[in-house]
Amino acid sequence: MSEILLRAEDIYANYGDFQAVQGASFEIRKGEIISIIGTNGAGKSTLMKAIGGTLAPKSGKVFYKDTEITGMPTHKLVDLGMSQVPEGGRVFARMTVMDNLVMGSYTPRARKHKDNALERVYDLFPVLKEKANQVSGSLSGGQRQMVAIGRALMSEPELVCFDEISLGLAPTVIKDIYTKIRQINKEGMTIILVEQDVKRSLKTSDRSYVMLKGKVVLSGKSSELAEEDVKKAYFGL
Amino acid sequence: MDALLQSLIQGVLLGGLYALIGIGMSLIFGIVKLTNLAHGDFLILASYISYSVVAATGMNPFVSLIVVIPVMFAIGYIVQNTMLNRVISKGAEPPLLVTFGISIVIQNLLLYYYTADARNLRSPIATKSIIITDGIRIPYIYLIGFLVGIIVIVALGFYFRHTYQGKAIKAAADDREVAQLMGVNIKSIYGIAMGISMTTAAIAGVLVGMIYNFYPTSGSAYLVIAFAVVVIGGMGSTYGTLAAGILFGLAQVMGAHFFGASAQLLTGYVVLLIMLIFRPQGLFQR
Repeated sequence: MSEILLRAEDIYANYGDFQAVQGASFEIRKGEIISIIGTNGAGKSTLMKAIGGTLAPKSGKVFYKDTEITGMPTHKLVDLGMSQVPEGGRVFARMTVMDNLVMGSYTPRARKHKDNALERVYDLFPVLKEKANQVSGSLSGGQRQMVAIGRALMSEPELVCFDEISLGLAPTVIKDIYTKIRQINKEGMTIILVEQDVKRSLKTSDRSYVMLKGKVVLSGKSSELAEEDVKKAYFGL
Repeated sequence: MDALLQSLIQGVLLGGLYALIGIGMSLIFGIVKLTNLAHGDFLILASYISYSVVAATGMNPFVSLIVVIPVMFAIGYIVQNTMLNRVISKGAEPPLLVTFGISIVIQNLLLYYYTADARNLRSPIATKSIIITDGIRIPYIYLIGFLVGIIVIVALGFYFRHTYQGKAIKAAADDREVAQLMGVNIKSIYGIAMGISMTTAAIAGVLVGMIYNFYPTSGSAYLVIAFAVVVIGGMGSTYGTLAAGILFGLAQVMGAHFFGASAQLLTGYVVLLIMLIFRPQGLFQR
């Protein structure tokens, strides 16, 4: 088996006063896609924030390769090779598509390869090349999501976390975006999907973790998990 | 006719200087979402720093900028990092009150160190004019103020469009959290933004000091000018600030032309009030 890229051990984290994550652990190996599945409020987004540096976990440890990264600020994580696609296709709305993508290569490590990275993103999403000089705020929801994904790839990451990318998008758009995610993975990218959509998560990922009330209640190979069991765990039945 | 033309020219030229006074405040509002009530006092602080440099070295006030700019940039960076960044996540009021506190401290420091006497940065150029006709003359110092205002604003526009750092500042203004996901160190970028704001205050402070007398409390008057320009132009809009400066300058000088010198400030503020009522988002804001 390939090396472990990210490992979270017994994470506790609060969302405001609410104890949103209560002892969650997971790991991801190089080249894998894993999904973290749960309803709204199951704690999956808070877990991602605690790992991604925007929120300090109350306790627990996070390792990237062999380095402990618990509570490390986001800008350092990006430099290490961890990239995030925020929930809801959040783009820099007043900036052009191209400037959004260029911002993705902000770290000194990524700047050197900016032009190559930009070409690859345009190959992946040709529509972004057409709209390069358009203000991102004027794009459709699906196109914004493409900008957000492309931007995350611009930092030359090894690991990309996708936070609820299908939220609020039309089914055909979701399908397209998932096709691209599989393509990115085949090219070697390690991927964490945070999702509410059970069926699609199981179909796309190698392994899955189901969260309920801040804990991981079920995990395993996605192909071996029965959709019924996952749904039961998901709703806490 | 000559008198009207003279007033028009003077209004436009004064407007460039006003834009320069307001641009730093506009930047910080647009980026950090902070109303810097100490902006005028920082500007006057720069005038005093220049005064000390000139007194110590005998150099021209313009040349003193090579000292005043780095000092003001550093002061901005440090103030942002040690004071404002601490309270920025606690809502709108705490940072506003901190800037109010800074304003009072600067005024009293200046009073303590320089006394309440009037100072200025007069140099021979302050009294010279380009004579066009008998009735129309363009004072050099106003022309310089206008040109410098335009150069600074165009340079800022270039910086925001074509450098990584400038783009990062814009990105942080759009979505602070997502900018962090890109690898932007948000606290440091806010410090740099304040440093740039203080750089514009340094340039404005030296120019203003070459034209008018200043006292430790003069900052308040410049805060009001900066505030007017920022409100008319639309908070955070670079070129809007330039247009607003010219509009505000014209309103004042035209007021003086038609209603007498004592009406100069009044007409300016009447225009500001009208703007606030009919276009509170500013002239150039969508």
